[in-house]
Order: sequence, then structure tokens, then C-alpha cells
Amino acid sequence: MINRIVVGAHYGLKDWIAQRATAVVMALYSLYIAFFLLLLRPNSFEAWREVFSSGFEKFATFLFVLCLFYHAWIGVRDLWMDYIKPVGLRLTLHVLTILVLVGYAGWIAGILWRL
Amino acid sequence: MADTCQTSSKPRPKYLGLAEILFQIKLPLPGKLSILHRVSGVLLFLMLGPLLYCFQLSVTSPADFLAFKSFAANPLVRLLLAGLIWAYLHHLCAGIRFLLLDIHVGIDLVSARQTTVIVFIVSLALTAFLCWRILL
Repeated sequence: MINRIVVGAHYGLKDWIAQRATAVVMALYSLYIAFFLLLLRPNSFEAWREVFSSGFEKFATFLFVLCLFYHAWIGVRDLWMDYIKPVGLRLTLHVLTILVLVGYAGWIAGILWRL
Repeated sequence: MADTCQTSSKPRPKYLGLAEILFQIKLPLPGKLSILHRVSGVLLFLMLGPLLYCFQLSVTSPADFLAFKSFAANPLVRLLLAGLIWAYLHHLCAGIRFLLLDIHVGIDLVSARQTTVIVFIVSLALTAFLCWRILL
């Protein structure tokens, strides 16, 4: 039995759980959209656009993408922590990763709510 | 405990270069699944921007939809899309295995190896099926 006194900010555990929670949401959405698309087989522009234009679809797709970006942030942050040793370069890559993902989130919101 | 420390004559820690990692180290199958989980994640992350752009084209106007369709008809683009379908499915299936390991399902050596084989079979079969339905 190891009795450890846990100290610190705990963001490691929070991110560990967040990575798994977002994974479950994405897995469920993937199943849902895969069955939906294989069933409907939208072949024209109108049918394809229709798939994503209902209120629920926008909401679900946006949630999926937000989960994807949070999940990707944790994964890519782990990569920089594993392979990039110089602190300045690592910090720069962290910041760039966040900026790119936040930018993508704005972009997809714009695409979805213009439908 | 002290004995085992003294008898090991190998210098520790051992630092590995990229060449050793790529050609000298023989990873067991679960290790290959794990590194491919990372590789597929990186591939998907790098392609997020282009994929978002493709999605935007496909839902914006009939003309952009057709432009995307003819772009996706290119064999090289199809090959890349097939690769991304594989990356997504491998990441998903291996991820489900990792989630099960997290809750202590299948952590003994025999079942850990079996689930690895299952992940490879299922993800490759699903990749083949989706490429057939979407790309062919």
C-alpha cells in the first residue's frame, strides 16, 4: 500500500479524464452519423446539406467538433511534452496549437450556422 | 534487491536514437498498436484544416460541392482520404481498447494480445468497408 500525499494543481488528472470523456462523446457521434449517412446515402448537394442543417444536427456536430479540439489539444500537448525539450520552443508550440484549435472552432461554428 | 542491481551490467539509462527506434527495436504487437494510435492522431490533427475546408466547400453552394467532388475524384486525393479513414478508425478502435484497459478490462497478457489482434482486424475491415461505400 502506497500512501502518497497528492499535491499540486491536479490539471494532469483533469486532462486525463477530459481526454477520455471527449473520446466517448466522439465515439457515440461517429456511430450515430455513420448509421445516418449509410442509411440516407445523400448523393446530391441538397441532400448532403440537409443532413447538417437541422437544429439538432448543428448542435450535435458542434459538440463533436469541440470535443475533437479539446481531445486534440491534450494529445498534441503530450506530443510536445514528450519530444520537444527546449522550454521556449515548447511554449511557442503550445500557444500555436491552442490558437489553431480555437480558430478552427470559430471557423466550424461559422460554417454550421450559415447553413 | 541489491543483488539484482549489482548483477545487471548493462549501462542505464540507455539512450535511443531514431535509427535504433525505427530499425533495431522490435515492438510487440500491442506496442505497434499504441504507436500507430499516436501516428494516426498526428495525421488527423495535421489534416484538420484541409478537412474543415473540404467540409465548408461541400455545404456552401452547388458549384463548390461539384468542385469538391471533382477534387475528390483525383486518385491521389482518394488515396489520402483512404489513409484518413484508416487513421480515424484505427484511432477509434485502439482508443476503445485503451478505455477498456483503463477500467481494468483485458489487462492480462493473453487477452491484451487478443484484443490487439481484434482491433487490427476490426479497424482494417471497417476501413475496407467504408472505402468501398464512399470512395469507389
